[in-house]
Amino acid sequence: MIPHNGDSKTILDVVIFWSDAPIFSINMVRLILSTHRRNVSENADETYYRSLYRIRRVEEEIVRLYPSDRIKSPVHLSIGQESVSVGVCAALAEDDIAFGTYRGHALYLAKGGDLKAMMAELYGKRDGCARGKAGSMHLIDLGAGMMGTSAIVATTIPHAVGYALALKMRREDRIVAVFFGDGAADEGVFHESMNFAALKKLPILFVCENNGYAIYSPVGDRMPADNFCERAESYRIPSARIESGKTTEIRDAAAQAVATIREGAGPQFLECLTARWRDHVGPDEDRMWKYRPDSELDDWIARDDVAATASRLDKARRTAIETDIEQEIADAIAFAEASPYPAMEELDEHVFR
Amino acid sequence: MSSAERELSYGEALHEAVRQEMSRDSDVFVFGLGVDDAKGMYGTTAGLHEEFGAERNFDTPLAEDAMTGVAIGAALAGMRPIHVHQRMDFLLLCMNQLVNIAAKTSYMYAGACNVPIVVRGIIGRSWGQGAQHSQALHSFFMHIPGIKVVAPTTPHDAKGCLLAAIRDDNPVIFMEHRMLYGNRGVVPEEDYEVPFGQARTLTEGSDVTIVGVSHMIVECLRAARVLRDTGVSAEVIDPVSLAPLDIGTIAASARKTNHLLVVDTSWTTCGTGSEILAQLVERLGERGIPKMKRMGYAPTPCPTTRPLEDIYYPSGQSIAEAAYALVGGKNWTAPQIEAREILEFRGPF
Repeated sequence: MIPHNGDSKTILDVVIFWSDAPIFSINMVRLILSTHRRNVSENADETYYRSLYRIRRVEEEIVRLYPSDRIKSPVHLSIGQESVSVGVCAALAEDDIAFGTYRGHALYLAKGGDLKAMMAELYGKRDGCARGKAGSMHLIDLGAGMMGTSAIVATTIPHAVGYALALKMRREDRIVAVFFGDGAADEGVFHESMNFAALKKLPILFVCENNGYAIYSPVGDRMPADNFCERAESYRIPSARIESGKTTEIRDAAAQAVATIREGAGPQFLECLTARWRDHVGPDEDRMWKYRPDSELDDWIARDDVAATASRLDKARRTAIETDIEQEIADAIAFAEASPYPAMEELDEHVFR
Repeated sequence: MSSAERELSYGEALHEAVRQEMSRDSDVFVFGLGVDDAKGMYGTTAGLHEEFGAERNFDTPLAEDAMTGVAIGAALAGMRPIHVHQRMDFLLLCMNQLVNIAAKTSYMYAGACNVPIVVRGIIGRSWGQGAQHSQALHSFFMHIPGIKVVAPTTPHDAKGCLLAAIRDDNPVIFMEHRMLYGNRGVVPEEDYEVPFGQARTLTEGSDVTIVGVSHMIVECLRAARVLRDTGVSAEVIDPVSLAPLDIGTIAASARKTNHLLVVDTSWTTCGTGSEILAQLVERLGERGIPKMKRMGYAPTPCPTTRPLEDIYYPSGQSIAEAAYALVGGKNWTAPQIEAREILEFRGPF
């Protein structure tokens, strides 16, 4: 039976018993993890808050700017889902690789993507991360290990698997993390990719950001049960489900999974429950469409991990972080505004390498 | 025997190309259903796993969509994958990855990354291949910016195009035809590339230009031979590469002969012939458009029964008669021309 009820004890059990060679006792792993937590907790909340707040505020600035029509790109905002990217990326090394989706602002920023280049890309400007040719749905920053994202649901999952295959063939110790939504788990390519990754024991972490809805279609209308982890298990991929949306819990589960992957045990799977606060696409709220109960969203908002993390910080430290971020965002917007549009000749450039 | 005289079959030439490139470049690997089985994809991948290790020539699950994505992901990491499909029909299962991702990656990311993959698709014919094992989908890919499409017909070009395709920094659809596999021809042992975007004039002529795609080039050459006996001089052109397409060579020939017949290994609607004719009209408009005609598969799915299959495809005879009519000849019935590769082919595959 798969213990994916979000309890941290069972997550640890999962990791221990599903690895090929259980070399740690439960208590040993708990000790290691608790030490890890203590070590990182001195600075971790501040680090996570910096990232969480940065993503939240970038998204809010996009909402503010959107009516001006200077951002000429469909945006799929990450507001409410920040903790998944921040928690998982906290467990990755800088040179690990991330693949994601069109709802990719949080991942791009959490993985270390350049904010100025992102903002200029949203504006369609020459200094954008893709010289204005890709927009919000295709952010990329190779220097940060952030691979391009796709507007076609689930398509980047096999790319991540292929990248992991290359890393294994080249005997590199880096790993790949691939983020996708619950909707992607409907697609055949999700299953094909999981099977192949498990077959070849590839160094890849699958991260399902389960926000419960594919646009407005609830999980319950699309699959026979809420059984993402079972799907992973059917391919012999150890899984864990994190229900709280807490950055630290996601980080702990990811850290354990990443450590197991680095030992050569093959892929691991995380299902992270989360909530999209805004509409599927665009800057607005979406309560008027009545596709989910208000109480469901209100519950998530009440448990907002950006606010919860802020509440744990020293006030002066928090203010300093927020001041830094506000300045960085203002600079990025100014950068995007000042950047020119690409020259007309660029239309024909880059079709081929 | 010197290298300049050595003959190989089309299939042997492909095998030599991939083997040489795997020796030269450790980033090259081959995968696809059955590439490491005893038959080795008609011999073209035979033994590569023994020579280069199981990691570099491996079998796959039946998962064309994901495996195409895996090729793309490996290419993004710097590898040069060759994905092999026993029939080109299976590329329909790969279209999302090829069209939405492989073709667009370089452009969407303004050159920050690129997808150097080779997708080999083998077109079937005869012995009951039928509607789903005989399709040639090159025109689908020619439509899409960001993908190259090549269809070499001779053993020489098969080797040189495959080496060029593997080294190309872009996605390349590499079209092979089962009926070409037995063709033998001179293939240099050394490493060489056949550049894309350069058509090859196989026979020079003055009355009619005949362009043949993939296996149809063989039928076009047969047609040219019987046309010669009637006094019609045909210039036969093999485009070799379809995207990029060397329209210049075709246009120069058509201007000279004032007659152009394009024979596709596929249907005519929205096909290679349509594209060539359209480009010619745009290019030669002011100087006079030659008389033009397209030929291709009958506008039906491919039937398996031999009598219907025989008339589904253009033949040396039907091509010769069409060319003869195009240059103004009347009421001529071409002699039966034996297509040995088709007559002698035995299945099951």
